[in-house]
Amino acid sequence: MLSPVILLPAVLNGLMTGAIYALVALGLTLIYGVLHIINFAHGALLTAAMFAVFFAYRLFGLDPYVAAIFLTPLFFMLGYGLQRFIIGPAAHGEDRNMLLVTLGLAVVIENSLLYVFRADTRTINLPYAFDVVEVGPAFLAVPRVIAFIVVFAVALSLGLIMRWTDTGKAIRAVAKEKLGAELAGIDVAHIYAITFGLGTACLAIAACLLIPTYYISPHAGNAFVLIAFTIVVLGGMGSVAGALIGGLFVGVVESLSGYYLGESLGQISIFVMFILVLLVRPSGLFGERA
Amino acid sequence: MKGLASILVAVTLLGTVPLITSSNVVLNFLVVVFLIALVGQGWNLLGGYGGQYSFGHAAFFGTGAYVTAILQVRYGINAWLGFCIGIAAGALIGTVIGALSFRSRLKGSYFALVTLAFAEVLRIMASVAPITGAGVGTLIKLDLRPEAFQFQSRAPFYWIVLGLVGVSLMLIRVIEDSRFGAYLVAVRENEDAAQALGVNTTIVKLGAMTISAAITAAGGCFYAQYFLFVDAAIAYGPWISIEALLAPIIGGIGTVFGPLLGALVVKTLGEFAKLATGDAPGLDLVIYGCVLVLVVAVAPRGVAGILSDLRHRLLPPKTAVPTSLERGSG
Repeated sequence: MLSPVILLPAVLNGLMTGAIYALVALGLTLIYGVLHIINFAHGALLTAAMFAVFFAYRLFGLDPYVAAIFLTPLFFMLGYGLQRFIIGPAAHGEDRNMLLVTLGLAVVIENSLLYVFRADTRTINLPYAFDVVEVGPAFLAVPRVIAFIVVFAVALSLGLIMRWTDTGKAIRAVAKEKLGAELAGIDVAHIYAITFGLGTACLAIAACLLIPTYYISPHAGNAFVLIAFTIVVLGGMGSVAGALIGGLFVGVVESLSGYYLGESLGQISIFVMFILVLLVRPSGLFGERA
Repeated sequence: MKGLASILVAVTLLGTVPLITSSNVVLNFLVVVFLIALVGQGWNLLGGYGGQYSFGHAAFFGTGAYVTAILQVRYGINAWLGFCIGIAAGALIGTVIGALSFRSRLKGSYFALVTLAFAEVLRIMASVAPITGAGVGTLIKLDLRPEAFQFQSRAPFYWIVLGLVGVSLMLIRVIEDSRFGAYLVAVRENEDAAQALGVNTTIVKLGAMTISAAITAAGGCFYAQYFLFVDAAIAYGPWISIEALLAPIIGGIGTVFGPLLGALVVKTLGEFAKLATGDAPGLDLVIYGCVLVLVVAVAPRGVAGILSDLRHRLLPPKTAVPTSLERGSG
């Protein structure tokens, strides 16, 4: 059962899927790290991004990878606006309210999409969607390999932004000590919105990477978001490296358990892992504290 | 306690509705409103009074619904007994989830997440396990006898669910004035301070979660008897978790009548959405989501808050009694 001919492709495919999970989780962890709330609208925003990619292709003939150039800044602005003009003012500075507002937004976005586009699943056919590269005994789909590489590039650039730019420094300052940052003249509401924008921009990239091999439906994002929650908790809320490693790990676990336990039970393994991590070590494997 | 009298009056007045009209549309609408009010009252105890926001009350609703249905269909157990066992099973699930999460000191975002995850695990398990009928769901056989908790007309269902709502209202009112209720509010306002003053916060939260789960499970049990069908998406789906928190938040979070008022508002809006657009999927939820955001943004105390503001504006109190004292004088 554990022959490498079966195991290796399963692990490699798991890593590829895991990279996308990691990117979704990266957006979530970034927002959590700074705003200290879980963005329950994350899944719905991912779905919205997937629809945007779909229509960019259908209406303008834009290849998903080209669309990323336009959609990433667009979704950054969307995220910025949501936090600055809706979530922030509506929450009155209470974390509990922020949870409710993001939940409300999720319900609104997801069901508007359901209302407009119905529950149909859509796909787009790209000439390269079924190209494969051979790695040992494994065949890997080219779009998934591209996704894997892009995710690391995004994580790296995000790390560089956080480390070296003034905005990055301001974000880290707000994450560490909100009041102190405010006293030092940092516009906290602006930084919150920037962070929310960056997290949402990650989703636009994730959607562009997903579409060549995935389907689009009004509930498509949900499949990813609970997994992203798992990863974020596993990797430690707010930790970028944790999100990356956690994402890859969860991808592999899902791929292997899907292989040995079957599809729906494979899904459960993720939730069980999630609940176990939450209960046993809520600070995650890389987090500092709960 | 003056609160109990007003609950009795309200329930008695509502109880006369089936005597005035036999319209199935009206009764059906109100039955659903009361069902959501019941489910929401469960959430309200834990979320409104205890400050622990659960995003997974479907776990309790679904357990109640499935246990009631499965006991009858597979084991031939009497429906009324099944109903009681369903409530107990929901309470048990609440205790287990609560014990696990509060022992790990999960709160805020983490608590919302872990409750959501438990509901999802139950949903996936129910959609594959043979005992729940897997993807097909469980259908309760039509058997229109009162002994089987099924009735020819809607009126008995109406009185039963209204009775359940009445009991839950009184329970919450009694808890409000009890020591336990005070501890619970203390946990909501400042958990560390409550603990420092000697309140065993874990036990208090666990108690609230158990009662909360039992109330919500009662809603699930009633759902199974009323609609005679349960499947994984209905029982453990996110819709019920959302309605459970929507009703108290819109009606007035942490107030006795909040969930009932909220359910009335939410379901009325839902009916208008249906009238406006036919039966298009999704639109009612879009409206609910907008209302949720709006209420949090502009009227954090919900409909109950708006009503009490209005009352104070129209009928200014004769003596300057602070409102907080007014409520505690039972």
